[in-house]
Amino acid sequence: MEQLTLYTYIAVFGTFALYFAIAWWARAASTSDFYVASGGITPLQNGMAIGADWMSAASFISMAGMIAFMGYGGSVFLMGWTGGYVLLAMLLAPYMRKHGKFTVPEFIFDRYYSKTARIVAVACLIIASLTYIIGQMKGVGVAFSRFLEVDYGIGLGIGMFVVWVYAVLGGMKGITYTQIAQYVVMIFAYTIPAVFISLQLTGNPIPQLGLGSTLADGSGLYLLDKLDNVVTELGFKEYTTANLGGTLNMCAYTLSLMIGTAGLPHVIMRFFTVPSVQAARSSAGYALVCIALLYTVAPAVGAMARLNFITTIEPMAGEPLTYAERPQWFKDWENTGLLAFEDKNNDGKIQYTANVSDNEMVKVDRDIMVLANPAIANLPNWVIALVAAGGLAAALSTAAGLLLAISSSISHDLMKGVLTPNMSEKDELLAGRIVMTIAILISGYLGLNPPGFAAGTVALAFGLAASSIFPALMMGIFSKRMNGIAAIAGMCSGIGITMLYVFQHKGIMFIPGTSFLGSLEANWFFGISPNAFGVVGALINFIVAFVVLKMTLPAPEHIQTMVQNMREPGETATVYHH
Amino acid sequence: MKHQKTYWQENLRLIFICLILWFSVSFGLGIVLVEPLNEFRLGGYKLGFWFAQQGSIYTFLGLIFWYGMKMNQLDKKYQTEQ
Repeated sequence: MEQLTLYTYIAVFGTFALYFAIAWWARAASTSDFYVASGGITPLQNGMAIGADWMSAASFISMAGMIAFMGYGGSVFLMGWTGGYVLLAMLLAPYMRKHGKFTVPEFIFDRYYSKTARIVAVACLIIASLTYIIGQMKGVGVAFSRFLEVDYGIGLGIGMFVVWVYAVLGGMKGITYTQIAQYVVMIFAYTIPAVFISLQLTGNPIPQLGLGSTLADGSGLYLLDKLDNVVTELGFKEYTTANLGGTLNMCAYTLSLMIGTAGLPHVIMRFFTVPSVQAARSSAGYALVCIALLYTVAPAVGAMARLNFITTIEPMAGEPLTYAERPQWFKDWENTGLLAFEDKNNDGKIQYTANVSDNEMVKVDRDIMVLANPAIANLPNWVIALVAAGGLAAALSTAAGLLLAISSSISHDLMKGVLTPNMSEKDELLAGRIVMTIAILISGYLGLNPPGFAAGTVALAFGLAASSIFPALMMGIFSKRMNGIAAIAGMCSGIGITMLYVFQHKGIMFIPGTSFLGSLEANWFFGISPNAFGVVGALINFIVAFVVLKMTLPAPEHIQTMVQNMREPGETATVYHH
Repeated sequence: MKHQKTYWQENLRLIFICLILWFSVSFGLGIVLVEPLNEFRLGGYKLGFWFAQQGSIYTFLGLIFWYGMKMNQLDKKYQTEQ
């Protein structure tokens, strides 16, 4: 066996064994263990778990690649996916923890005293979470097939089995402790290659500083200036100023990701696992520390990967690499179909340019940048093996958190809350485990046969969370008078307008050819791209809710007292004596 | 009941201050004012670019911890009054 393959097997199966051991040690005995780990997780532990839960295959694998090719425009992901935690810490988490329930739909039910509202919330949650899981499952399959050279389907099956063991056995308790381990694996896997590459290029081991340093090649040029020169010479937009569809679109995109982040149920749910309101606030802080460790490194990874990639293909300006002399990583990724070369002028050299008709790098998939980065920089094999284990940790930890959100919303909200209220705790626990197993099978099936709209659905998930869940929760806390009818009307119009906009530009259920306005930028509302539209949906949600509130009676007295209680300091309702 | 109202009002004031900073650093310095700020430099970083890709994240961190600290003080103050 090759050395690299051997190392990768050790890293991947070593970490899997660790996750199993933790799951066995932290297995769940009660519904409270299963849903909220009995409220006994410390803020730092919770911060790490939220970090692993939140940072998915998209953060670990795709984000730096998107930044690498978008440059400054990629900032919307950096700010959007971190700024949401400020909103969570100040506008939602502490009050929802004070109220003390298991799930987001349950909170909506209590606050808006309406089963319809609860069912709407469950529906939003399931659509948002399932679409996310498909992406994680695909990530698992790709990582296995590239690094362990097993079949995509078998890789997916192994991943499903691993998640099933520790999520079904451990519930929230097992998942939380496993996620802490996965966070550690992930952050090492992300930063170690970045440190090596930053050292190689700039002599500075801290990537955040390396990105702002001069190159170590003796030219005295700043790394970012060099990168700007190199990309503009090839005809691309300048790296540090390349915009993403104008100022308004960038603002809308960033804000949509921020409120979408704050409205994602599987993230909010984690704040129910800490013992107090104070702990809920500090958890948000620790979570952002853990996330920022990766997110502030990502721009360095992206920029350095782009620079290394271009200087490999074109070692000297105007003298491209000969195809026959291409390095091993180039051949490896060509085999996966994610990198493709076509010798258009038959000179045997690799011309890489922004001009589509002359460009011979006909396919450069953005997702390969993080995975191929260590190989492009000639780093040792154990680093590459670590990156494989890190990518799997990112995908598995997020999948587990999403599965928990789905299973709790079905067994706790739909079955216990609406359909069969007399269910015993033991039966509810069993139902939770069965639902989770079914959810794993469905997401595995969808990962194996991804629907045509898989790529577009992440935008839909954020749009849904931003336009429905976030406004409903925020108004429930900050407006005592907000009533159930107004909130439901707001949620439905917010979702409606967002889905309509996404579908009219991207196709109904993303089926090609059904988009009645086409994805032409000229038809975009004020130039706002469909992915950035969640914020408009949220705005409409707020407006509709307040207009309906004007026309109807305010929330009854006991509800207003309940809201008052959420806002006051003092003892937290104990989730685990529920 | 009176002190509970002021606890909530003080909380709202803190949230308001934090969200103004949250908004002006990320959307203001990172997006709207990025071009003029790019005239200035922070090492090899153009300043506006730095705010968009690094500075805003550090600001978010500072804000959350500052808010948490202030709220803990507020909790103590109102709990001893009771």
